[in-house]
Amino acid sequence: MKKLGLIVNPIAGMGGRVGLKGTNGDEIFRKAIKLGAKPAAPARAIAMLKNLGSVRNSIQLITCSHEMGEQEARECGFEPVVISSIISGKTTAADTKEAANKMRKLEVDLILFVGGDGTAKDIYDVVRADVPILGAPAGVKVYSATFANTPESAGQVAARFLSEGLPVQEAEVMDIDEDAFRENRLVAELKGYARVPYEPVMMQATKEGSVGFELADQKAIARWTIELMERDRVYILGPGTTTRAVAEELGIYDSTLLGVNLVYDFKLIARDVSERQILEVIENRPATIIVSPIGKQGFIFGRGNQQISPRVVRRVGKKNILVLATPRKLSLTSTLKVDTGDAELDDELRGYIPVVVGYLQTHMVKVI
Amino acid sequence: MSFCQARWARGGCLEPSIFELSRPGRRGAGFPKKLIARIKIPEKLLRGSLRLPELSEPEVVRHYTRLSQMNYGVDMVFYPIGSCTMKYNPKICEELAALDEAVFLHPDQDESTVQGALELMYRLERCLSEIGGVSKTCLHPSAGAHGELLGMLLVRAYHSSKGENRFEVVVPDSAHGTNFASAAMAGFRVVVVPSNDRGRVDLEALRSAVSGRTAALALTNPNTLGLFEDEISEIAKTVHEAGGLLYYDGANMNGILGKVRPGDMGFDIVHFNLHKTFSTPHGGGGPGAGPVGVVQKLERFLPVPTVEYDGRRNSYYLDYDRPESIGKIRSFYGSFGVLVKAYTYILIMGAEGLGEATEAAVLNANYVMRKVREVPGFEVKFDGPCKHEVVFSAEPLKRETGVTARDVAKRLLDYGIHAPTYYFPPIVPEALMVEPTETEPKEELDRFIAAMKEISEDARSVPEKLWSAPSATAIGRLDETKASRSPILSWRMYENRARR
Repeated sequence: MKKLGLIVNPIAGMGGRVGLKGTNGDEIFRKAIKLGAKPAAPARAIAMLKNLGSVRNSIQLITCSHEMGEQEARECGFEPVVISSIISGKTTAADTKEAANKMRKLEVDLILFVGGDGTAKDIYDVVRADVPILGAPAGVKVYSATFANTPESAGQVAARFLSEGLPVQEAEVMDIDEDAFRENRLVAELKGYARVPYEPVMMQATKEGSVGFELADQKAIARWTIELMERDRVYILGPGTTTRAVAEELGIYDSTLLGVNLVYDFKLIARDVSERQILEVIENRPATIIVSPIGKQGFIFGRGNQQISPRVVRRVGKKNILVLATPRKLSLTSTLKVDTGDAELDDELRGYIPVVVGYLQTHMVKVI
Repeated sequence: MSFCQARWARGGCLEPSIFELSRPGRRGAGFPKKLIARIKIPEKLLRGSLRLPELSEPEVVRHYTRLSQMNYGVDMVFYPIGSCTMKYNPKICEELAALDEAVFLHPDQDESTVQGALELMYRLERCLSEIGGVSKTCLHPSAGAHGELLGMLLVRAYHSSKGENRFEVVVPDSAHGTNFASAAMAGFRVVVVPSNDRGRVDLEALRSAVSGRTAALALTNPNTLGLFEDEISEIAKTVHEAGGLLYYDGANMNGILGKVRPGDMGFDIVHFNLHKTFSTPHGGGGPGAGPVGVVQKLERFLPVPTVEYDGRRNSYYLDYDRPESIGKIRSFYGSFGVLVKAYTYILIMGAEGLGEATEAAVLNANYVMRKVREVPGFEVKFDGPCKHEVVFSAEPLKRETGVTARDVAKRLLDYGIHAPTYYFPPIVPEALMVEPTETEPKEELDRFIAAMKEISEDARSVPEKLWSAPSATAIGRLDETKASRSPILSWRMYENRARR
């Protein structure tokens, strides 16, 4: 019998409704309650569970007590196994982590969760690549690619994963600094890659037929990118699995996945570099920036790759930016976004740009 | 509505293959022994065993007649498969193509003995050039995609002659898959431009896409959504100003034939599908014909030979003396039988008739669009009248009932209607692409509309019926994944599989 873990972050999304841009931390949570925030996650959890369909009869549901899963599960007619006890009305990130850890030890087949980026990060911190996870969006910030489009589709994807055994793919887990966010600065860090069920239709826009096989597409893009590469030029490889495929196609297996790598004459010359290090290396050399949209919302600059700063982008020049994206990634978002922190530069980067989507193939995509 | 396809079976199995029907020593026709004795075939050309099936003539005729009854064809049913233009093919075209003068020619015959065939090709070339608004047309390509490849090779030859290194071909995201493939086969990089919210080429994206690298824009007009690219003048100007050429994919010419000419829209290379627009049968794996016309500045690159007329001698001849030609695109001069049918079709229709056919094709498509979009579960994503075909989205039906575009397409077979194209173009979710063509009477369209209504109702009351469709056909729903992943295309492949 398959085991399904369920973690509901009952306070996810509460801060957003009252303009607090997040609900991380006790103080903010109390502030949200004071401003009249109502929990939104439980209803979303119920919508998700109702979409499990017939698979519900052949799985064991494992969850936390009270509003962190048990209540929602019982309301949907489940008899869940309750593995951890919380203090109702006072849930914390530690509760999420503890539950995730117990589920990992119980070797659940999938952890379904309801929350936002904070919840995704808390679970990922504990389970890493051991357990596939899948989120129903309920948070203020949903930049991570670990979420289905809606709670309903999360339930349907989970059902298919448990009954038919869908393949899994790597998806970005993003962490947003909420304090900075409240000051209207968005500092998004790429925390890692969780394993999520691969379901091209419900996890993304409904463009059936345009979604290929992620790994094969990445390889095709990497092959073509390498054919475009020249000697005596620095290639600034942004983070992500698509740019990693380029490095691997070059025979580089020790690049950093979450940071920025520098390639020169087809060799890795520096890994996990800072803005200052990039500027030093490209001081007297021509350079090209190779980036891939990070997260669910299609940012090519300003999310998870802040090392490639406005100064770096200006120094390299717009015409030397090469954007790579698999058709699946592009189907997540019809446009790309930039947020370098330099409004003037962002304006210059806007408009249609070519994006390499396969071998010999480029798509014109709008940057907004 | 009731329909039941013939189901020929023996001993619990569907009609066996002709190899299984074979019995040693049985034969249909023979040659006189004396004649065989007189024919001397060199030893090295003789084979010990041919492994051909052995049957009598009536057995063969019955076998294939049965198979044809377990199939769909334009001579039997409504065949609205979008983008394929499965119109009825007049039998007079077949009769003329079957004349001895057409069938018993050898391509190596001396020009003086095939003046009629050369004249026919010359005249057809002139007709097509007039219809396409171009100055000269090559009849050689054997199929649509073959013509596309020729078009791309001409693009390359043109830019090379000017010493320009242009290596990108711009293609809209709604285009046929072959457009991308043909450009890549000719060595170009493909730049895809998105459609706007009207289902047409996004001009802003196009302007960003063209540059000194642009070799050509490949465009179908009307486009794959059946919509006329009404900004074609601006599109042509944008591409020409960047130094690129405009390539016209003739897949959808049935929506404009005799009304507007691609050459007048600004296209430099114009492709035709004789097997679609000019009513020669297709869908059975060929042969087809995909002639390609060009404007004057590209004439010198056309493949050899061209058919020319010598006024002084009043005779037709093959011209190989074309130093800048890209060379050969195929053996000899084209699919001659198809050319005869297309020329016959043009003659029986006349200029006026071709335009009337277009009007009827467009009227039929719009009638179907108006009626079916009122059926719950189906919608049309882009407003306004369509040309010769319409793309419905069954997304609402899928959302409301779980019945998909594929289920609808399969269920239509149970009504004796061939399935429309589904899941194409990919920019429309749950796409059903319907092209009625001009040769269908209103009663047949009404039958299709009624079937769509009934399917929509059944999706709500008895969805299982649709999930398991078709049921009135000789064969039920096939495993499409298995069919494309591990196809068995010949008896030999089947035997090899069985042995393993």
